[in-house]
Amino acid sequence: MTNHWIDYQHSDVIMAIGVNTAENHPMSMRWIDRARERGAKLISIDPRLTRTAAVADIWLPLRPGTDIALLGGLINYTFTNKLYQREYILNYTNASYILDPSYSFADGVFSGLADDTYNRDTWKYDLDRDGNPRKDLTLENPRCVFQVMKAHYARYDADTVCNIVGCNLQDFQLVAKTFCATGAPDKAGNILYAMGITQSTHGSQNVRGTAVLQLLLGNIGIPGGGVNAQRGEANVQGSTDMAMLFHILPGYLNMPQAMTHPTLADYNAKETPASSYWSNKPKFLVSLLKAWWGKMATGDNEFCYNWIPKLDGKNRSHIAIFESMAKGQIQGMFVWGQNPAVGGPQAELERKALENLDWMVAVDLFETETASFWRRPKVDSETIKTEVFLLPAAASYEKDGSVSNSGRWIQWRHKAVQPPEDAKSDLWIADQLYKAIRYHYSLGGVFPDPILGLNWDYGQGEEEPDIEKVALEINGYETGSLKPLENFTKLADDGSTACGCWIYSGYYNDLEVPPTKRRIREQKGIGIHAEWAFAWPLNRRILYNRCASDPAGKPWNPKTPLIYWEGGEWQLKDVPDFAWKDTPPEKTAQSPFIMLPELQARLFSPGMADGPFPEHYEPAESPVRNALSPQQNNPAITWWQGLGELASKEEFPYIGTTYRVSEHWQSGIMTRNSPWLGEMAPEMFVEISVELGEKLGISNSSQVLVSTRRGEIKAVAYVTRRLKPMMVGNKLVEIVGMPWHWGYRGLFPGDSANVLTPHVGDPNTTIPEYKAFLCNIRRA
Amino acid sequence: MANVVLVDTQKCMACRGCQVACKDWNRLPAGATKFRGNYTNPPTLQAHTWNHVVFTETDKGRWLFASYSCMHCTDAACINVCPVGAVQRTKSGTVWPDGDKCIGCGLCVQHCPFHVPQVSKATNKMGKCTGCAERVSQGLRPACVTTCPNGALLYGERGEMMQLAKDRVDALRRQGFSEASIYGDLEMHGLGRIYVLTEIPSAYGLPETPGYNASAWIWQLARRPLGTLTSIGLFSGLVVGFLRWRGERIQHKDNYSI
Repeated sequence: MTNHWIDYQHSDVIMAIGVNTAENHPMSMRWIDRARERGAKLISIDPRLTRTAAVADIWLPLRPGTDIALLGGLINYTFTNKLYQREYILNYTNASYILDPSYSFADGVFSGLADDTYNRDTWKYDLDRDGNPRKDLTLENPRCVFQVMKAHYARYDADTVCNIVGCNLQDFQLVAKTFCATGAPDKAGNILYAMGITQSTHGSQNVRGTAVLQLLLGNIGIPGGGVNAQRGEANVQGSTDMAMLFHILPGYLNMPQAMTHPTLADYNAKETPASSYWSNKPKFLVSLLKAWWGKMATGDNEFCYNWIPKLDGKNRSHIAIFESMAKGQIQGMFVWGQNPAVGGPQAELERKALENLDWMVAVDLFETETASFWRRPKVDSETIKTEVFLLPAAASYEKDGSVSNSGRWIQWRHKAVQPPEDAKSDLWIADQLYKAIRYHYSLGGVFPDPILGLNWDYGQGEEEPDIEKVALEINGYETGSLKPLENFTKLADDGSTACGCWIYSGYYNDLEVPPTKRRIREQKGIGIHAEWAFAWPLNRRILYNRCASDPAGKPWNPKTPLIYWEGGEWQLKDVPDFAWKDTPPEKTAQSPFIMLPELQARLFSPGMADGPFPEHYEPAESPVRNALSPQQNNPAITWWQGLGELASKEEFPYIGTTYRVSEHWQSGIMTRNSPWLGEMAPEMFVEISVELGEKLGISNSSQVLVSTRRGEIKAVAYVTRRLKPMMVGNKLVEIVGMPWHWGYRGLFPGDSANVLTPHVGDPNTTIPEYKAFLCNIRRA
Repeated sequence: MANVVLVDTQKCMACRGCQVACKDWNRLPAGATKFRGNYTNPPTLQAHTWNHVVFTETDKGRWLFASYSCMHCTDAACINVCPVGAVQRTKSGTVWPDGDKCIGCGLCVQHCPFHVPQVSKATNKMGKCTGCAERVSQGLRPACVTTCPNGALLYGERGEMMQLAKDRVDALRRQGFSEASIYGDLEMHGLGRIYVLTEIPSAYGLPETPGYNASAWIWQLARRPLGTLTSIGLFSGLVVGFLRWRGERIQHKDNYSI
């Protein structure tokens, strides 16, 4: 999130797109309702009348996978009605930058496409002799970002958009009028999103679409505004911060590649931009290496850079791992708090792939479907050779540690109860595992140095490791004095500092009262709560907050002043996100985005794998042709072998989509083992419209079979008025909606929706396309 | 004045925190359920389910939510019909089921206009919301109210809650909910659970004009082989109670609905 939950109270319009906020993030409604008490409006954009749509002021039904068409329509509406905030985009974004003549876009494809990969060399600015981008501050040059973008989105007129999205014109216009009115300088529009936006073959561009719209309307960096990703798990923000994904190191440093970054000098040279705060990247990486290898890491040995495993240039994301596993290329696997046999796309392919493992270690609260894949229904266990170890884990209330919420607040939690029986904290398991591996390497092995040299000292023997030692290491310390670092501005690249995750630095800088443990409520103010826990980075609650005031430093909205220039100095209600010290507003007005080389936000972004502007494509499986261009799908998609043939709309005429309900959580392994939750939502069900029910003779609460190219599942039908057939072009399209919480284990078993979903993902992140695919449904 | 629960159905997002919190606090077991083509589950209140959220789809395409539980009526059928005095009025005004006295006859089940009390087959005792008497006597709010994330359930002094409800109805009408109304001001001489509604009560599964047919009960009682003086005394008392109830009900008829 750019902002945070409590800040929602300052929004004038809240648009929930691809997020079912009431149903899956109920606490958000406390702050949304606070805003609505002042007259704010809540817009819900969702294929179904969800619990959010039911309580919203406006509901716009949208065909799954057409978010960019809708967002593009809103961007076009903003341009044609001149609702963009001109002073904001002129100063705070790259709207005025002139593009290189080689950049082009035609027939739904950007310049530089070769096979399924873009060469991004043409996605660049026209540079002057000094190498600086040329600009047109009148925004009239037809090659400036503003004009190129305006022309790009002129194709997204209301009729075209409604035909793609499947909504009616009045609904679209009401949403456009309501949300785009927040382009007024003193109005705050807030976009909430979650997996409905990201789980798509153009998911990253969906997110970009929200960001571009918010920049045009001047809604980034202001109280009540922002692009706010609502995380679906209590600590998933923390897990990405700590680099649970394959392509990053802690703190969002790119993972070193063997080919391009063989040495630390190579990494620093290729990964460190000349401008922006990322120019400090060598300090972050060296301090990370010092945290990991301590005294072993010196300037003479590249601080043990050589000991970091390097990527081989290949995608190693979730889909890729299971594709490799299906080919027998992976021997062993740790499945730690994850349940791909239920949560992974094309789940039966992934379950089958697990059979190729020699061993698996599953760490979880209960025996998951993944841990018991070898005795799943219709499988002969005798034929499966995999040795499975199940380690019982302590739940979040059974251990100490911090949890990072969607608003980047790192809040310390104290252990409330003892874990049952043999269940252990994740840290204890990791500590014991490391000690055992170290012992074996001490007896000999291939390349033992990185293991034997690891700076790992959190506890003796089998005692519970001291998690505060881990916290101090993450925060960072001086390597000589071992004193905690105040924050990441103190990091150095000479080995004098160690820091396990640079963005967290400062959260544990006081051993007596670590900021992450602070619990002081704000008495008066706008709900920043600066002394409640710690928000990364630097306890900053609203990112890009220079934009909360105009170029002269005056708050856009006098009712919610955040950081503003008054009496010859900056008045700070939050930690400033720009070089502010002794710097008057006119000198900071063109550099509010300190993490980007331009120091200004990117309406046009050269950094994406699939285009500098978000462009509408149909999902990999769709019942209709792309009405905007001849390019049916995102041209940069990787087509994995396991996906097999795509479905035809003749055989599989309906759009399948998956989602969660309030009563269950993720793959359900915790909630389907809770009798009270299972009592409320006991069985797998699918939702279809009354019209589809009548057409197929499916009555409410009867048994049905839902099938795709990947498989078939059984469920109870919920025939409901909350789903309507949609008019897409001149074709009536039906949606089959299904929660994905069920699996073959637990107190409340049921078939898994992900048996139906495809092994295909976004070109930037490879997040699977869980939200839109083709299916069929019939009476069981 | 007694404290009441205010249910703002237009704020309720049906997270069902109230339903689970009730089971949690009162240590009520889960029962076997099926998915019946509606999210409401269990489909009715039960001896071991004292609170549930009712989901209703309307013909106009709306999806309505209401947290449903004992109404703690001022004129409570269950108190009046119980032959053994097992349902009692507490000092705080709530209606308390006394499991020790309950004989499981089910008269309260038959007469409650809200279908709240249910008799457990396992224990042969009536079970229903106790108003969290043990919590409120310690200055806490009922478990369902405490857990509600966004103030769709509030708890407080009746006059104060009625004022909040009136303000809310005014605001909702201004927003275009022409049917917005308060339920529970005069129904059963005042409910311990006040609802802010945006559709007519029946759209939420609430009776439009709740009452109980005491004459049917009297007839039933008369047919029963009850010969003891105690029973006769109880019977007489109830006849008097019934007549008083009827009189008051007629008095209230004119300003019955808001």
